[in-house]
Amino acid sequence: MAMTEKEILAGLGEIIDEIAGVPADEVTPSKNFVDDLDIDSLSMVEIAVAAQDKFGVEIPDDELKNLRTVQDVISYVQRSAVSA
Amino acid sequence: MARHQVTVVVTGLGATTPLGGDIASTWSAMLAGRSGVRRLSHDWLADLPVKIAAEAAVDPAAVLGRVAARRMDRCEQFAVVAARQAWRDAGDLHVEPERLGVVFSSGVGGLISTLNTYDTLKEKGWQRVSPFSVPMLMPNGSAGLISLELRARAGAHAPASACSSGAEAIGYGMDMIRSGRADVVVAGGTEAPIHALHVASFAAMRALSIRNDEPQRASRPFDKGRDGFVLGEGAAAVVLESAGHAARRGAHVIATAAGAGYSADAHHIAQPEPDGFGAAMAMRHALADAGVAPEQVVHVNAHATSTPAGDVPEALAIKREIGDAVVSATKSMTGHLIGGAGALESVAAICALRDRVAPPTINVDDLDDEIAAAGVDIATELRPLPHSGPGPAAALNNSFGFGGHNVALVFTVV
Repeated sequence: MAMTEKEILAGLGEIIDEIAGVPADEVTPSKNFVDDLDIDSLSMVEIAVAAQDKFGVEIPDDELKNLRTVQDVISYVQRSAVSA
Repeated sequence: MARHQVTVVVTGLGATTPLGGDIASTWSAMLAGRSGVRRLSHDWLADLPVKIAAEAAVDPAAVLGRVAARRMDRCEQFAVVAARQAWRDAGDLHVEPERLGVVFSSGVGGLISTLNTYDTLKEKGWQRVSPFSVPMLMPNGSAGLISLELRARAGAHAPASACSSGAEAIGYGMDMIRSGRADVVVAGGTEAPIHALHVASFAAMRALSIRNDEPQRASRPFDKGRDGFVLGEGAAAVVLESAGHAARRGAHVIATAAGAGYSADAHHIAQPEPDGFGAAMAMRHALADAGVAPEQVVHVNAHATSTPAGDVPEALAIKREIGDAVVSATKSMTGHLIGGAGALESVAAICALRDRVAPPTINVDDLDDEIAAAGVDIATELRPLPHSGPGPAAALNNSFGFGGHNVALVFTVV
């Protein structure tokens, strides 16, 4: 289940394009979901659910609020995949 | 006019309907007497008695784009499309957010989203339920979305009265301006009722036409052979504005929204009152509110849904209250848009007044005997609407809803 950072980024780009209409190439690690990508909290829930399905990880609600940037999600997915 | 210190005018129109994706295409199709009713081929119709409906001519999701559309129920998509058109039609409109209101209604709201959400819940569990479910299923969703888009902060409302909801929204919008709460209001109605649940439920009431083999002949208000209404989908919207605000910005004024009248039948939850007393009361109140004499009314866009029970009492009430106006039932072409109907038919009445021509009521092959005997002037073809005064020419729209709601709106030429 070891995905590379690049694979997770690509997968996340697809999800965010589908749900929020942000082109995948704008989804780069340093981007903040709210400030840079204009994604609201409801869309974040949808993105988190889609990410759980795509990457096979659990994202509890109290973790979700800590995932502020694209890099936060990549790191979380990598950590969870390792510990799983 | 004297009754109200503030005169309300109509400065923008919008619609997306079974006849066209905008006002121009919808109105020209009405004048041409075209039906938007089709035989449908959806799998879910297989076990239902009704196989026909009037689907929207233009898919609203294609107009709005995928990302916006996936967060809206189909009825909200129609509403936003129609409201944007009306807003653009009103011209270069700058208004303080605190002085801009929205009133947008639906008969049943996002029922299709409700059902889809419940399917997801049962099949996949609560965590797969969309976080946008509530905004998609709430009946005030359209009003909220339009308010958000236009930054309208004077208030966003969604009065619900079944099939008169769209007309009630326009009446409420007029009240907002007259009472000083707003200078400009975007008002209208919407519905997306082409779904197994709606079809089954209305069919269970025996309210729908089952003339499945002649879809374009199925909606036939005032005709002896009428056997029920045909479901239609879409939305219509108007921009209402205080006459002073419109004058200051040099707006093109289409008509005056002169009066609104209301009543309730208190007779039966769904059946129309046989003597049309409630309908007549709404018309009378609307004329009084407008300060318009019955002789000024050159045209009525009737509620007339093509049900055996509803059309005759309304036609006779029109004759009693108004007299010789030319009466059209545009549901013969669009089907019944439920919460969208009152808005669409108000828009049609305004266009008729503007162009001085009444659209035809199609499929009246054999006028109902009672209507013929009473001498109600039903337009079965395009009819000019002359008016020789005194007072400005007026048009009236009737909208009635299950629950016994009656709404009549009066528009006059400027």
